[in-house]
Amino acid sequence: MTQSPLLTVEHLAVNFPDHQVFQDLNFTLQRGSFLSIVGENGAGKTTLIRALLHQLKPSAGTISFFPERKAIRIGYVPQFRNLDEEYPLTVRDFVSLNLSGIHLPWLSRKERQAVDTAIRTTNLTAIAKRPLGMASGGEKQRAYLAQALVEQPNLLILDESTASLDNMMKYELLELVKKFNREQNLTVIFVTHDLPLAKQYADEFLLLRRSGYELGPIAKLPEDALISADRGGETSHA
Amino acid sequence: MLSLPFMQNAFLASTFIAIISGIVGVFVIARNMSFLTHTLSEIGFAGAAFGIFAGWPPLNGMLLFTMVSSVIVGQLSVKAARREASISAISSLFIGLGILFLSLANKTSSYATNILFGSIIGISRANVIQVIVLSAVVLLVLLFIYRDLKFDSFDHIGARVKGLWTNILSIIFLVLLALSVSVAAQIVGSLLIFVLLTLPAASSRYFAHTVSGMMVVAIGMSLVGVWGGLYLGYITNWPVTFFIASIECLFYIVALGYNHWRQG
Repeated sequence: MTQSPLLTVEHLAVNFPDHQVFQDLNFTLQRGSFLSIVGENGAGKTTLIRALLHQLKPSAGTISFFPERKAIRIGYVPQFRNLDEEYPLTVRDFVSLNLSGIHLPWLSRKERQAVDTAIRTTNLTAIAKRPLGMASGGEKQRAYLAQALVEQPNLLILDESTASLDNMMKYELLELVKKFNREQNLTVIFVTHDLPLAKQYADEFLLLRRSGYELGPIAKLPEDALISADRGGETSHA
Repeated sequence: MLSLPFMQNAFLASTFIAIISGIVGVFVIARNMSFLTHTLSEIGFAGAAFGIFAGWPPLNGMLLFTMVSSVIVGQLSVKAARREASISAISSLFIGLGILFLSLANKTSSYATNILFGSIIGISRANVIQVIVLSAVVLLVLLFIYRDLKFDSFDHIGARVKGLWTNILSIIFLVLLALSVSVAAQIVGSLLIFVLLTLPAASSRYFAHTVSGMMVVAIGMSLVGVWGGLYLGYITNWPVTFFIASIECLFYIVALGYNHWRQG
């Protein structure tokens, strides 16, 4: 298979006034790959995602998307959203929120079809008309996934999206994501603390440590990646 | 009743006010801005008092004060930890200013009562036209930013990740809210803005589960409130605001009861 990069990170560094999060970070994400970013709290996982989403300006280095950033649609599924049990919108209306950028207040036929597809492929058809506030944790995460997928992204970022789910729901969500990754060549970045889950679904890992990072095929992810995460001072490549 | 010119004016103005309040209110509730709306209404009181002091129509003073201060108030209340204290400070200052302007203008307390609690008799045909024009401006801008505002209001995290201009949206919405507050105050008075700009929208979320559906329900509840209030005020000679407030509170209590029953 010919490899085609979706994004390249070169010599990336992010410094906050009181500490350095990471420096000289380099990696390339190929189209259709499934990268798991792991690391202990404070290692810089969220900072890296914010930098990729252009929500934070790096202190040094570059992040390049191919062919260009504008051509890349990013779907993002966070761990939490501030949606309480009285959140009024239906699952369907929530999913359609991501169809913005057009000034018509109503959805076109094409957009309605995109919403239907996102709902169907994430197995939400049965609860599409139910208020999202009344949905279970797993259903909510699938609705967040459907919203991220409704614009048919090239890159899907799951930011600790499985952290608040029970085991069965975690695997159910990741099975779905893996299916999109395989069948639609969707590039996935999965930020997690859950090493077994990362090993089962990802192709590669990026292990962020407070003092460096490791990168490699998922089979080489160290068993003690999160236990002794701050043991060394070197940047290494597995 | 409708043959009386002042009642015609009141019905016409209140219809537009109800429509604007229903639509804007859905975003006010989604963005958790009820308290801020109340503050804007108190700033509106100071503005109206300033208008009287300066010899302007009160609505113009209200528009000036609410629009200029809306962005400042919004910025001061960004941080949740200090939001309530900041808003309380601003409210106190502007109520004080309102009393000062009325005192400087040598006006009687009936002026303050009219501004604070509304007065349908005082609505002229020129006021009605002004209300219609302002409502049309609010509607047009809302139409243009509808999708982005909807995304930001109902899923702020998602909108930020998408790279939507959430800060600018927030400022535009605050200005629209300032306009709506000034418009709605013509009927219910500045002290009871809550009644139209938050209560119908807060009730609507228990009956409708799409943004457009909530708007339709909120507009319906606002219309029943203002029309019912005007009618009951006319036949009883009691304050219209009292009836509007009672009707909207009744809707809210029924909505909470319905939600409790549905979940139970």
